[in-house]
Amino acid sequence: MRLAIFADIHANRQAFSACLDLARARGAERIVCLGDIVGYGADPEWAVDTVMGLVDDGAVAVMGNHDHAIGTPSENMNAVAQAAIEWTRGRLSAAQRRFLSQLPLTQREDDRLFVHSEASQPARWHYVRDTPDAARSIAATDAHVTFCGHIHRPALYSMSSAAKMTSFIPTSGVPVQLLGGRRWLAVLGSVGQPRDGDPASSFAMLDTTSRELTYCRVPYDVEAAAERIRANGLPHFLADRLLVGK
Amino acid sequence: MAKPPIEPGAELDGFTIGERVHQGGMATLWSVTHPGINVPMLMKVPRVSEGEDPAAIVSFEMEQMIVPRLAGPHVPGCFGTGDLERQPYLVVERIPGKTLYSRIGELPIPYEEARVIGGQIANALADLHRQNVIHHDIKPSSIMFRPSGECVLIDFGLSHHNQLPDLLQEEFRLPYGTAPYMAPERLLGVRDDPRSDLFSLGVLLYFFTTGERPFGESETLRGMRRRLWRDPYPPRKLKSDYPLWLQEIVLRCLEIEPAWRHPTASQLAFELAHPEQVKLTARSERLHRDPLSTVWRRRFNQGVAVPRAKSNVSEQLASGPIVVVAIDTEEGSAPLNECLRRTAAQLLSTLPSARLACLNVLRLGRVTIDRTLDEQGNNKHIDRLVALRHWAQPLELDDSRLTVHVLESVDPAAAILEFTRVNYVDHIVIGARQHSMMRALLGSVSAKVAAEAVCTVTVVRPPPSASAPLQEGG
Repeated sequence: MRLAIFADIHANRQAFSACLDLARARGAERIVCLGDIVGYGADPEWAVDTVMGLVDDGAVAVMGNHDHAIGTPSENMNAVAQAAIEWTRGRLSAAQRRFLSQLPLTQREDDRLFVHSEASQPARWHYVRDTPDAARSIAATDAHVTFCGHIHRPALYSMSSAAKMTSFIPTSGVPVQLLGGRRWLAVLGSVGQPRDGDPASSFAMLDTTSRELTYCRVPYDVEAAAERIRANGLPHFLADRLLVGK
Repeated sequence: MAKPPIEPGAELDGFTIGERVHQGGMATLWSVTHPGINVPMLMKVPRVSEGEDPAAIVSFEMEQMIVPRLAGPHVPGCFGTGDLERQPYLVVERIPGKTLYSRIGELPIPYEEARVIGGQIANALADLHRQNVIHHDIKPSSIMFRPSGECVLIDFGLSHHNQLPDLLQEEFRLPYGTAPYMAPERLLGVRDDPRSDLFSLGVLLYFFTTGERPFGESETLRGMRRRLWRDPYPPRKLKSDYPLWLQEIVLRCLEIEPAWRHPTASQLAFELAHPEQVKLTARSERLHRDPLSTVWRRRFNQGVAVPRAKSNVSEQLASGPIVVVAIDTEEGSAPLNECLRRTAAQLLSTLPSARLACLNVLRLGRVTIDRTLDEQGNNKHIDRLVALRHWAQPLELDDSRLTVHVLESVDPAAAILEFTRVNYVDHIVIGARQHSMMRALLGSVSAKVAAEAVCTVTVVRPPPSASAPLQEGG
């Protein structure tokens, strides 16, 4: 089965639409959404409705810290993120807010674990910045592969049977076989707010039979997404960073 | 899940296991057959049980990732893999014959033979590097030859794929590989420079032509580290008849700094294919190693060097292409040749490691008996070489980046295409003449080259003002 996995959509309609189109064109049979559906971007209603529709059709979705902050105003965030959350909360219907608040922190499917931040303490929203962070997450689960997002920069870590770690910045479009003899942590780039210097949207596809994981980059109408942010009175910084992917 | 047994007659994923071919420290090789596959095959089964060398597992995983991705005549074909979770194995094409290791009792071999073998290995490396893979264990026992003569590289357990995770990255505290052949930068943990393979090939060439290993056989880290500052004895010190061009090539491969070696394996292959055109530097005549002052400076400046950025294999290869310019030396080609030179200059200005091969085809008559001398008694071949050098002179290229070649053929396009194929040329620059009697009679050379070449072709046309016949003044 071919899975399309999306992280950190952040209410970016232009980006998520482009990713969904490409994933479907590449034969995606199942959708996974790794959280942070909202926050930062200017189309939260559309983003939540879209994910709700996907979940009705069998998609897997987990909660991100921005999704959590919609229902829990005390969430610890920087001022810009906080401003976007306040704005988003006012835009969402009760049903949409309920959907976000009821998302699970983790989902398990066969030998795969889906989580927004990392597996050792999913509710603490720790970033996977380096190999020790990745080792902590891998050690906390017996899943063959864990998928997460949160940091908005793609990376792929593995742990050998002797607990040795490797780290790797994935090359987009080149499938990597997730070897059975080791365990993996696939950190996805962001759909709606890439921060690795490439403004193109980011997602991944997994072929569960061949165990091949392919990171994908999708150019999208960044100008339109940035313009929506400015037009809605959100902090201009959120529009500017989309243009440079940082 | 229980491991399926590996023994003669057993079947695994459709492969029927035959005789045991080899039992090594890291893996066992079995001959296998599969209905519908008519190629001789080997199943490589790593030794992964408790107490075995952990390197066997990681090496197997690297091969499992890399070998199925490889293609072409210079690697064994891959027919299946099995995961560590159940029964790890790799089924590859069985290359007939022995590895180059079987020649070790005959060393030193003749220079000419070493030149040919070295060129074949360099071509195989170029093909591997183009697939984003660095072999990292080039030595006689990882080199075989197909009956057709093509070199086949085997054993990818230490290899690095520039677009896949490097599982050997943090696995071992010490660099893993074959000590006598290991490039100095490997001792510093660098695994992403394709020129490490050129160093290993240099060791092999040195060994095969002198009978001595340039850095001895020391397996200790201390012994291996010496090559970070101590250069080997020049081959001419060991053998007084050692050709200058060969010493130039071998010592360049063995440069401590990767940047001082040949930029790409293709360029090394090109030098081995055209020994008479190798630019001889001070390296070629040396009889002594570097003075102690140099050695000490290298040794005690270790670590002072700026840390290198992560290399990108394909970018590095792209920065050192072999560019062919096909030049017509006939009367009246001056405007076109000027345009060709301008195009070549633009290409070279952005590619400091590129090398230029200027080509001219001496057209042979199909029926007439050709004579080397023209009507005036001048040697046509030499005249053309002189003309090519003259064309290239304004480019002010160092001799190490420029070669000139006069080919003889009844079919110029075919000759250019053949030269391109044999020398793994990356880019052809060729002129198209709009109004030519020859073109009308024989068809366009540039059109055939552009249509049939396996590399990029730039067809240059002079601007209309330069090619149009001059109007009568009025």
